[in-house]
Amino acid sequence: MRKAVASQELSGAISPAKEKKAAGAPFAWREKLRPYLYVTPAMIFFTLFFFFPIGYVIYLSFFDWTLLNLKAMDPVGLENYTNLVSDSDFHQVLGNTFVYTVSTVVLGIGLSFFLALWLNRKARIYGIIQAAVFSPHIISLVSVAMLWMWMMDTQYGLLNAILEVIGLPAYPWLTETGSAMVSLILVSIWKGLGYNTLVFIAGMQSIPRDIYEAAALDHSPWWRTLTRITIPMLSPTLFFLLVINTISSFQVFDTIYVMTQGGPVNSTNMLVFYIYEQGMDFYNGGAASAASVVLLILVGILTFFHFRFMGKRVHYQ
Amino acid sequence: MGQIGRTSLKTIEWILLAAVALVFVFPFLWMFLTSFKTLPEVFQFPPTLLPESWQLENFRKAWESGPFLTYVANSLIVAVGTLILQFLVGVPAAYAFARYRFKGRNLLFGLSLIALMIPSQVIFLPVYVQLSNWNMIDTLWALILPFGASAFGIFLLRQAFMQVPDEVIEAARLDNASEWKIMWTIMVPLAKPVLVTFGLFSFIYHWNDYFWPLIMTNSDSVRTLPVGISMLKASEGGKQWNVIMAGNMMLVLPILAVFFFAQRHIIKAFIYQSK
Repeated sequence: MRKAVASQELSGAISPAKEKKAAGAPFAWREKLRPYLYVTPAMIFFTLFFFFPIGYVIYLSFFDWTLLNLKAMDPVGLENYTNLVSDSDFHQVLGNTFVYTVSTVVLGIGLSFFLALWLNRKARIYGIIQAAVFSPHIISLVSVAMLWMWMMDTQYGLLNAILEVIGLPAYPWLTETGSAMVSLILVSIWKGLGYNTLVFIAGMQSIPRDIYEAAALDHSPWWRTLTRITIPMLSPTLFFLLVINTISSFQVFDTIYVMTQGGPVNSTNMLVFYIYEQGMDFYNGGAASAASVVLLILVGILTFFHFRFMGKRVHYQ
Repeated sequence: MGQIGRTSLKTIEWILLAAVALVFVFPFLWMFLTSFKTLPEVFQFPPTLLPESWQLENFRKAWESGPFLTYVANSLIVAVGTLILQFLVGVPAAYAFARYRFKGRNLLFGLSLIALMIPSQVIFLPVYVQLSNWNMIDTLWALILPFGASAFGIFLLRQAFMQVPDEVIEAARLDNASEWKIMWTIMVPLAKPVLVTFGLFSFIYHWNDYFWPLIMTNSDSVRTLPVGISMLKASEGGKQWNVIMAGNMMLVLPILAVFFFAQRHIIKAFIYQSK
């Protein structure tokens, strides 16, 4: 693959010269400029709303400022960061984000893997179930949050009614410190499970048939086929899902905002909500921008590994 | 063992399949059923499954609790406007990435891919500051412009443009068609399936989006449907779940209807990034 890229570069260097001859010189420079003109609008948008903000938030994190008066910015060096390091609320926010992320990613991917093994079949009914499991993924998270908030209502909610029918005690879904986090994790898994399952199924369907046929000829038992063929062949899919799920867990906000507002007593306060609260409610721009930089670094590390791995994967093909 | 074992195994599997479907579909059904119940019925424990009498009242209440026509209009303007802008910006970029070799191409394309990975939640704060410096907070521009270039759209279109055989373009060039014309009148129609896929993805994303309009708007005249609906929770005194669920139906039903008819396209659109 590296070689292929290199030869592309080479031909890229050669072809403009050819074009020049064919075009007869005078308009050649215009043709050379053309691709740059074509990508310019997109690059302007990316710069204004993506690359510049990344630099800007790093810059902002070295100032004491508030959204109420953007003209008054006091440079404070690393103070915003040292404040975060000593802020016990922020420690809790990081801890919550960690617990939430690990739980949703591990449970979400694990469950969807088994679901995919089960539902990856031709018959029509499996297609219907796949679509059903997928449907929450395309529904607005705010509706999902309100719907679950209603079902998790301690007194009148559907979930506690079901628990009572089974003979279990009512669960304080959103009202106690330990349980609220469990509930948010549950909602997130429910919403994302179909996406993960269908990505796994797409991965499984791209594994060449003949490998399985050869395994069947060898009378390989199902668990060996699973651990020696399916799982290794799915490793790129698995890695992709790990990265995507982790990034999307980091950005959790809507469910927190609608269902818990970070409570009870900060037990479900996580990074994006913390940034929102500090920046928009408490007008503490310094803390908000420093926390944004922390989040940016976390997502940046994941993105880096993602591209490293994607590059390798292409390389080995 | 054989025959009986196999039938009972099949039965167990059907029961499990039904259970899985129930877990994912029933909550929507519960939203639907709740939206027709009276308030006393909502606060009845244990709850009833079907409404005792089907009330349309809740929908009227939800609709009248705020300027919902404005919310719907804003949602449509934002979703459609964003899509059009993404199309106009994305097509030339994708065409250049697919069809030209130029210095810096790989770098610029790589930068676009990074934009694909970083969610808007990570950089909303600096974008907010910037938009407020430009006096754009609380305008529809703040909901459209930041999404003007879609990395995902450029990525998809580039793949589609790369698959167009060279002969098609050569033939058009021999007819003296300009590059600009080739791009819009030959390449774009050939990429139609991808445009549909991307259109569905982008529209659903922006129709559903709650986070961005919540942060960027303060007044009813520019709020979108998800924000308007989330305010039902606060404005309706206590928690009138029947009215809240009726409001949410406005947001959910169009998407579920589209999903029902264009299931395959939508799943393809959302799963595509994994490949």
